[in-house]
Amino acid sequence: MNKTRWVRHGWRCSGESVMSEVSAQSVLAHLFQMGKVPKKKRSVADKVRKAKTSFEIKNNPFEVKINRKKFDVLGRKSKHDVGLPGVSRSKANNKRKETLLKEYKQKGRSSKFIDKRFGEYDTQMAPEDKILKRFALERQRVHDKKDLYNLNEDEELTHYGQSLAEMEKFNDAVDSDDESEEKGLLSAELTASHFGGGGLLRKKTGGQQDGEETHRAKSRQELIDELIQKSKQEKRERQVRKEESQELTEKLDQEWKSIQALLVKKTPKCDRAEEEKPKLEQYDMMVRELVFDMKAQPSEKLKTPEELAREEREKLQKLESDRLRRMMGEEVEESSQSQSHISADDLHDGFILDKDDEKTLSYQDGKWNIEEEADKDKTEEDDEEEGHSGEVEDGDAGEEEEEEEEDDNADEEGRRRRRRGSRRPAMMKKMVTLTWSPSKKATTEERKETSAQPSLSKEEIKAQQEAAKAELPYTFTAPESYSDLKDLLQGHTPDNQRLIVARTQKSNHASLAVGNKLKLQKMFGFLLEYIGELATRSPPELVAVDKLIPELYSMCQMFPEAACKAMQSIFEDAGHTMEEVLEVKGHVPFPALDMLVYLKVTGLLFPTSDFRHPVTTPALLYISQALTKCPVRSLQDVTSGLVLCCLGVEYVTFSKRFLPELINFLAGTLHLAVKDKTSLGYTVVPPFRPTGKCSDLLVLSDSESCASWTKKSLPLSATRHLELRSERDRDHHRLTCVSTCLDLVKRCCLLYKDLPSFTCIFRPIRTLLSEHLSAQTLPELLQELRGEILESIGGAAVTRCRLVLEKKKPIPLKLLTPKIVEVLDYGKKRGCNREEREKERLKHKYKKEFKGALREIRKDTRFLAREKLTEVMDRDSERKRKVRELFGSLATQEGEWKALKRMKSK
Amino acid sequence: MAPSKRRNVILRITAEQSGKRAKIDLNTKVKDVLQDKKNANDVFDILELLESEKEKDVVNAVNACSKLFSTLLEKKDLFLGKLPTGEEEEAFIGGLSAEEKYRLFMRQRYSSCVEMLLEHLDHELYSVKESALCCLMKFAEGEGRHPLEDLDWSEHYSFPRELLQGVVDRLLSRTTENSMLISRFQEFLEMEDVRYYVMSSIRENVGKVLAKNKGALIPVYQNNVFSLMSNISIPSQESGLTNFMIKQEAKHDDWKVAKLNEHKRAFEKMWLGFLKYKLPSNMYKKILVILHDSILPHMSKPTLMIDFLTAAYDVGGAISLLALNGLFVLIHQHNLDYPDFYKKLYNLLEPSVFHVKYRARFFHLANLFLSSSHLPLYLVAAFAKRLARLALTAPPTALLIVLPFICNLIRRHPSCRVLVHKPSTQDESVEDPYLMEEEDPAQCRALESSLWEIKTLQSHYHPDVAKAAGSINTPLSGLEDDISELLEKTTYELMERDLKQTRKTVPLEFETATQLLKGGGDVLGQHFCLG
Repeated sequence: MNKTRWVRHGWRCSGESVMSEVSAQSVLAHLFQMGKVPKKKRSVADKVRKAKTSFEIKNNPFEVKINRKKFDVLGRKSKHDVGLPGVSRSKANNKRKETLLKEYKQKGRSSKFIDKRFGEYDTQMAPEDKILKRFALERQRVHDKKDLYNLNEDEELTHYGQSLAEMEKFNDAVDSDDESEEKGLLSAELTASHFGGGGLLRKKTGGQQDGEETHRAKSRQELIDELIQKSKQEKRERQVRKEESQELTEKLDQEWKSIQALLVKKTPKCDRAEEEKPKLEQYDMMVRELVFDMKAQPSEKLKTPEELAREEREKLQKLESDRLRRMMGEEVEESSQSQSHISADDLHDGFILDKDDEKTLSYQDGKWNIEEEADKDKTEEDDEEEGHSGEVEDGDAGEEEEEEEEDDNADEEGRRRRRRGSRRPAMMKKMVTLTWSPSKKATTEERKETSAQPSLSKEEIKAQQEAAKAELPYTFTAPESYSDLKDLLQGHTPDNQRLIVARTQKSNHASLAVGNKLKLQKMFGFLLEYIGELATRSPPELVAVDKLIPELYSMCQMFPEAACKAMQSIFEDAGHTMEEVLEVKGHVPFPALDMLVYLKVTGLLFPTSDFRHPVTTPALLYISQALTKCPVRSLQDVTSGLVLCCLGVEYVTFSKRFLPELINFLAGTLHLAVKDKTSLGYTVVPPFRPTGKCSDLLVLSDSESCASWTKKSLPLSATRHLELRSERDRDHHRLTCVSTCLDLVKRCCLLYKDLPSFTCIFRPIRTLLSEHLSAQTLPELLQELRGEILESIGGAAVTRCRLVLEKKKPIPLKLLTPKIVEVLDYGKKRGCNREEREKERLKHKYKKEFKGALREIRKDTRFLAREKLTEVMDRDSERKRKVRELFGSLATQEGEWKALKRMKSK
Repeated sequence: MAPSKRRNVILRITAEQSGKRAKIDLNTKVKDVLQDKKNANDVFDILELLESEKEKDVVNAVNACSKLFSTLLEKKDLFLGKLPTGEEEEAFIGGLSAEEKYRLFMRQRYSSCVEMLLEHLDHELYSVKESALCCLMKFAEGEGRHPLEDLDWSEHYSFPRELLQGVVDRLLSRTTENSMLISRFQEFLEMEDVRYYVMSSIRENVGKVLAKNKGALIPVYQNNVFSLMSNISIPSQESGLTNFMIKQEAKHDDWKVAKLNEHKRAFEKMWLGFLKYKLPSNMYKKILVILHDSILPHMSKPTLMIDFLTAAYDVGGAISLLALNGLFVLIHQHNLDYPDFYKKLYNLLEPSVFHVKYRARFFHLANLFLSSSHLPLYLVAAFAKRLARLALTAPPTALLIVLPFICNLIRRHPSCRVLVHKPSTQDESVEDPYLMEEEDPAQCRALESSLWEIKTLQSHYHPDVAKAAGSINTPLSGLEDDISELLEKTTYELMERDLKQTRKTVPLEFETATQLLKGGGDVLGQHFCLG
């Protein structure tokens, strides 16, 4: 408040007026009065307008000015079709008064009056609101910026302007006493000095000796003195009392302290307190423990056999659906891999801790499924460690089995390893004579020994082999080259070979060392090569190949890419050589047994039903190429061809894809069995010829041999060489071939019966069977087969629907989104491109604005001129008024003087 | 080790030395003979060496002979004119001077040398053959320059025809395959006059030999003839006739060798003379393969080949396919009108079309023949349907040609679209009305049928084929497929496409494999066993 007052004062002082304050005020009042005079008319109109509502104004035809439009434009909204000149003029005027006039008035003044009081001139606001708001503002001001983030410091609470915190802090009696004493002292002196009663007081103290005088003169002054004295005395007494009590308390405190030291350990209360403390801690600890304790995780539910079966089925179903999708040629997603989940830590080495085949704990009829599993375990164990099961004694094995049963089946793998470890020393004891070493080197040395003594008798060799079998080590280094692998596996029984491979695989598991992955990948290639070599040996060692299949499969599952590469390179080589031979000779011999084995293995390792697969598609092409380009010249060739046909059927069994070469070859094979080749009702497709030296390969030489023939499966080695001494054996082989062929035809019939051209495809076979082979004497079995085939061919639908192009969706019309051009202002627009138009627009706008500004400035000057004029007029009229007043007063003075003179003269 | 090595070296050195010495000996002898007529008898030594067993000696002797006699020819030290025969000889010699006697003697040695060289053309060693051939051609050149006959009249131009005839006769052996030597001989065929006379000699020889055999096949001989004849090519312009072995001083207007037309006529006569006789089928194929670009253009009247071509076209099988090419040239460039050409073409379509070696050529031509937009609709439909039917037995490489081929046919003839799109009001199912056995494309009712075969091939095992067949499901695009690059595709290339591409994930079989013969429906396991 002070401030404002000062400011106001300053403003007043700095006013230009030379006149006195009073006169200035009056002048001002006049000025305002006078100022309103020239505006009177308009201001009246404004007042009237202000009183009216806007609705009234708008409907008043005298207020409204309508801007005539030359023509209507549809969709154009014009703001300015109706104008209210009066309203806008008064608005403009008011605005000027608020801004321009004020500025004008302030012109030439350096100080400014700013009233910062809140709501001082607001009449609408209730006074309470004002106070509240002001208080809030003040508080806001108090909150400095530095306190902005200070959360701890609460605002200071006060009571009668004194901090409550302070009061709490010094609530000691002494302090308050001091204060009061001081106060009292001060007040006494003050009263003495302030009220100027020093003399009085002195007089009083001097006059205390004679009480009479004081008694006598018990004036008001004395009464006051008495009062003061009384109060003084009272205060002093109070002070003394308080001092005493304080002394006492201090003394008590000190005494208590001295006693307290004695009491610390002895009092039971203290002990209890001490006991209570740890108790509390314990409790806290417990609470904390409970808080931080891991919540019991929901464990895997124990699965019932039904659930297990269902899971298994679901997994298979998923794999099956993946396969179907691939068959249809849809793009394969990453997710379609057989491994459903890949951990972030996965090394992509195929090592999965929780194997799928691992048994989970399950209940059956309220009992644990353990026994059954243990049994299974045992059999597995036996399967896997056939090699050493011979050498482990029965009792030992029995013990171990007991051990197994005792074990809980948490981790099969780990347990097995553990057990193996525990078993090892025992075996070491048993094989004292044998130089057992984990490295491959030792074994190869031994093998060298055995091979270096070829002169040994058979029994000796056998015995040595037995020993070698018994000494099969448990770890192997992975072979670095193909010859290493050969060395490793040579001379072992097929079962042992498998075991060796399995152990090598395990001891070099990718998770055990860095380079192992690569080693095992290489080993897959070597194994493939080895299989090929086994198949090319004479006689082919297919049993060994057979045993190695599971290992191959598991390794393939581990390293799909490497397996794929290895297989691809095999087919690439085979395809390349075949192509080269074809170019030179025009025909090729049938693929050897190793290729047949590779084809079969491919079918086992990779899905044959995929629409396109990096391995199986070339394999199928290879089969088809062999079936079309290899001329059939002997019974071995027929057998090879039939093996290829079998493989072909296997490859397309699931996908039911059409393999024309297969049908051609089967028809050609049947053609070989036709005796009379004079009038054929069909055409034979290469590599077969209607007639020629090799076109009677399957014709029976003696029809009697039919009777003695029985169906038995051919050995795969029959593709290479046949030991058929008698003509009868030959005939039997022929009949077997024909029966195989017929069976394949039957399978093909079932496979392809849904194809639209089924009858066309099987027409040659049909004529062959119905016209040519019927006349011949065939064994009953074959007759039956023939009948079945003819039935299924005849039973197929001959008619089919017309071909119609797929209906495709009508192509939607091209939708052209309208081009939206922003029209910024109407009127003519020159300029063709964007920049020019923009420029034009800006120019136009500038012009408009310029004109507007000019108009405004003019209005302003006019307003100011008007103001100045009124000021001058006011000033003039004031002056006139003053002059008149002066003249008036002079006249009256003169009159008075004259009257006095007249009176005097009278 | 070391001593034996040294011995070897020594041996080799001695052998080389002896060879060199022999060569030096021969050279000195040749020199002697040429220097002094006294040494004339040394010729016998040289000729003796010609019959030696050793390859090196023979080759050296041949070289020596060539040097000796070509020098003699140049010196004109050889007797001119006809050699006297047996009885006349003595009388003839009597009336000659010593100089002339010497010439006669040398001439006689020369002719015996030529005879021996001709015999050497049948030698089993190629090097001998080759040097003999070169030597003979050198003699021919020498003789051409310095004729051994008396030229009575100046207009006559000399060419050692007898010598050349002898060479050609030997080249066209009936017993040995001379293709190597013939290809060596090719360099002489570059020369216009040699070529001309060789052509006429071949004609004579062929006429003689084959007429004597009365049309029986002599495969080796015919092979030789073919390889010699196929090496002959004639420049396309007369100005190209510049390379002569014997330059004739006097240019004569009627010198046949300098005229392209005469060459062409000789060429034509030679071929026609050869093709007149029965040929083995592989020879047929060989001829038909080169016919259109190395025989027909060089003939003066290519239409003369019509008989041969029509006969070949009627043979059937691969030969017919090959004859198509020659026929096409005749039809296209020489206005040949061939009745029922398309009908025959239609009947050429057999399952074997997809398996023969000339598949690419056939489809290339068939594509040309069927590219006309003026073909009747029934014909195009018949072709499309027949090809589709045959595609049911075709290997994937052929299918990749045939399927776009059929699609192209339908594109060229939009009315053929009924084959793949025949909407009917009711869902009637019909039997295939197409008659496969019908030979006349007009009668085979192909237009009433649909291409169900292609629908079948949509489930072909090879993804590319299945995709190509799938293209008939949707309306065909306007652009024709370019089949020219598909024509030569081999199965290995198809395989490579899958083998080379790298995929991130390789799908695996999820059924655990336990045994070799198990899995995949156990088809193999049912019929075969291990062991």
